[in-house]
Amino acid sequence: MAKIMMYTRFERFWHWSQALLIILMLITGFEIHGSLHVLGFEQAVTVHSIAAWILIGLWVFAWFWHLTTGEWKQYIPSAPKRIFAMMRFYGLGIFQGKSHPFHKDKENKLNPLQRMAYLSLHIMIGPAIWISGLVYLFYKDLNVIPVSLGEVALIHTAAAFLMMAFLIAHLYLALTMDEKPLSSFHAMISGYERHD
Amino acid sequence: MKFSTLSLRRLNWVIVGLILNCSVVTSVLAVAKVSTADHSLFEVLQQDFKTGPEVTQACLSCHTEASKQLHQTTHWSWAFKNELTGQTLGKKNVINNFCVATATNWPRCTSCHIGYGWKDNSFDLTSEKNVDCLVCHETTGTYKKFPTGAGHPNYKPKKWPPKKGKLRQPPDLTKVAQSVGKPGRSNCGSCHFYGGGGDGVKHGHLDSSMHNPDKELDVHMDTAGLNFNCQTCHTTGGHQTAGSRYAPKSTDQRGVIIPGQKDQNRATCESCHGSTPHPKESNKKLNDHTEKLACVTCHIPEFARGGRKTKMWWDWSTAGKKDKNSKPLVKKDKDGYDTYHFKKGDFIWEENVTPEYFWFNGEINFTLLDDKLDDSKVVPINLINGSYDDQDSRIWPFKVMRGRQPYDKVNKIFGIPHLFGKDSDAYWKSFDWNKSLAAGLKARGKEYSGEYGFVETEYYWPITHMVAPAEKALDCQSCHQPDGRMQNIKGVYIPGQTNFKWLDRIGWFIVLATLGGVLLHGLVRIVATKNRNKESI
Repeated sequence: MAKIMMYTRFERFWHWSQALLIILMLITGFEIHGSLHVLGFEQAVTVHSIAAWILIGLWVFAWFWHLTTGEWKQYIPSAPKRIFAMMRFYGLGIFQGKSHPFHKDKENKLNPLQRMAYLSLHIMIGPAIWISGLVYLFYKDLNVIPVSLGEVALIHTAAAFLMMAFLIAHLYLALTMDEKPLSSFHAMISGYERHD
Repeated sequence: MKFSTLSLRRLNWVIVGLILNCSVVTSVLAVAKVSTADHSLFEVLQQDFKTGPEVTQACLSCHTEASKQLHQTTHWSWAFKNELTGQTLGKKNVINNFCVATATNWPRCTSCHIGYGWKDNSFDLTSEKNVDCLVCHETTGTYKKFPTGAGHPNYKPKKWPPKKGKLRQPPDLTKVAQSVGKPGRSNCGSCHFYGGGGDGVKHGHLDSSMHNPDKELDVHMDTAGLNFNCQTCHTTGGHQTAGSRYAPKSTDQRGVIIPGQKDQNRATCESCHGSTPHPKESNKKLNDHTEKLACVTCHIPEFARGGRKTKMWWDWSTAGKKDKNSKPLVKKDKDGYDTYHFKKGDFIWEENVTPEYFWFNGEINFTLLDDKLDDSKVVPINLINGSYDDQDSRIWPFKVMRGRQPYDKVNKIFGIPHLFGKDSDAYWKSFDWNKSLAAGLKARGKEYSGEYGFVETEYYWPITHMVAPAEKALDCQSCHQPDGRMQNIKGVYIPGQTNFKWLDRIGWFIVLATLGGVLLHGLVRIVATKNRNKESI
């Protein structure tokens, strides 16, 4: 049995602060949207805006980290065959007690489906949210842009729904798919993952 | 001449005090509202005046231009040419859904005219002595135009309402004349608080509670605080008064008006507060709102807040009823407001009223007597213009006065009811709509077809008074929530209120499907694992 340093300090910091901010922004965002009543509209806007700036700052660091450390390569999509193998595992093999077709190590932290999911999170949902969010925030100052506030809100809200769906799926997969229960969760806290 | 120049250019500014503060000397120039002239010392005012016009003549002996100036005002002419729409308006011409029209009802209506004796069409609009100086300038509070006196006060003791009412003593005109000064709130209020024939009836944001409002009711006019007069904002010059409800400004881009500027009109919020009035430390989004909202939209959260109700509905079609004992029917609510009056029909009164909100660019088109009515729908007395795309438009608060009023069913024009008078054509004498409408329309040069009906109308009144203190202004949530106040506002996305229903449906479907999916997946895993464990045993 070996202890492997799976997640560096920055990765862990990034993960948990992002988690906290995204949950906070989902709550306040859906309050601004009119679906919830927790803080009151004005407070919700204030919290949402502050959290947005912190998250944007965090993302800037994260992009920088990915690019400089070469960690971005973790998101290069796998061959279709390997993706189908993962899909077959989640759809069938897992019920039959078959073993995981993917072995996690430091160079390959993400299974083929995770690569796809996180890549689309980072290059589609994320940017859709922060670009539309900034336009939303500065709509009055950007009065030359040819989109209505409604269209901006539409994109922002649609991306928020996808983020919420992502969060649900992520929690399920991250917390229940380990061969050793909760090993990923522990690794995301301590950095070390135990491997046989 | 020298004297008149002096009195016209009265110097009112008096230095009252110096405040010493530590070693820094700060001088404060406080303004005392004291005149340099004591009118009771003027010989010309030490007469035993018998009538109002006599007083006016005495005034004119010094204030030589005053009546000529008044003649140029809407206060006098009751006619107003709207340059924007080309319409000729004014009380002489417009039709409303209160007592409908001034024609043939002159002596009653002109109890709020700024002159004396407008009792029929023969009134001389060039008469100087018939300008009423006192109603605006007297300061005793004892001078009151008699409700049916065509602008005169009663010169003998007289009952109002007639017969069973309180006896009104005539004013002491000499004392009143000697009291003159700058108009106070109550001078303007003697007419403007009672528009529509009674306290608060017409406007809803102007009523007798504004004689001495507290801060809560009106932050600027608060007697114990800023204590503004009407003309602090409705700036005057040569008796012209700034601010018009026929041609209002929906937004004012002139910036803060400072001395030296040619245009000293301060009848907009922006003329003192500018277009970015919220302090830096407040939410940035507040100042962003001024691009699309009138100040009063948030800062007048409700109107009729002073403990007086305002009329919201007037149904003329039910007028003329009698009670069980064949006596004319009058019904009152628990606060003493008429909810039915045989002379006028049914009323609905409200207080603390939430305004209705619409885009408004300042352009108002009235439906006038020459206009054909579409009686299949609610007829707008006035149409307010504006939209999101229009740069001059702001979201404004309105009182919408609704009701039913008589119209000529064949000619499809408004009816002009002859209501008041001692003749048998007057509705309030004979209760015969045919006679009343025939007489009224004739007076306005129209022929009555002989067939009348009642048409539902609505009249839009922008709300501008009863500005609440900042902490009582609307909060964000008043509008930014699903059932917020801006339900009527089209063309703009209002966060928290506007929803794309299909987006929400798809969005929540995706979220719930994901949740359902993982739960189901987990459940099947548990069951499958159990089954495998059984098999292996």
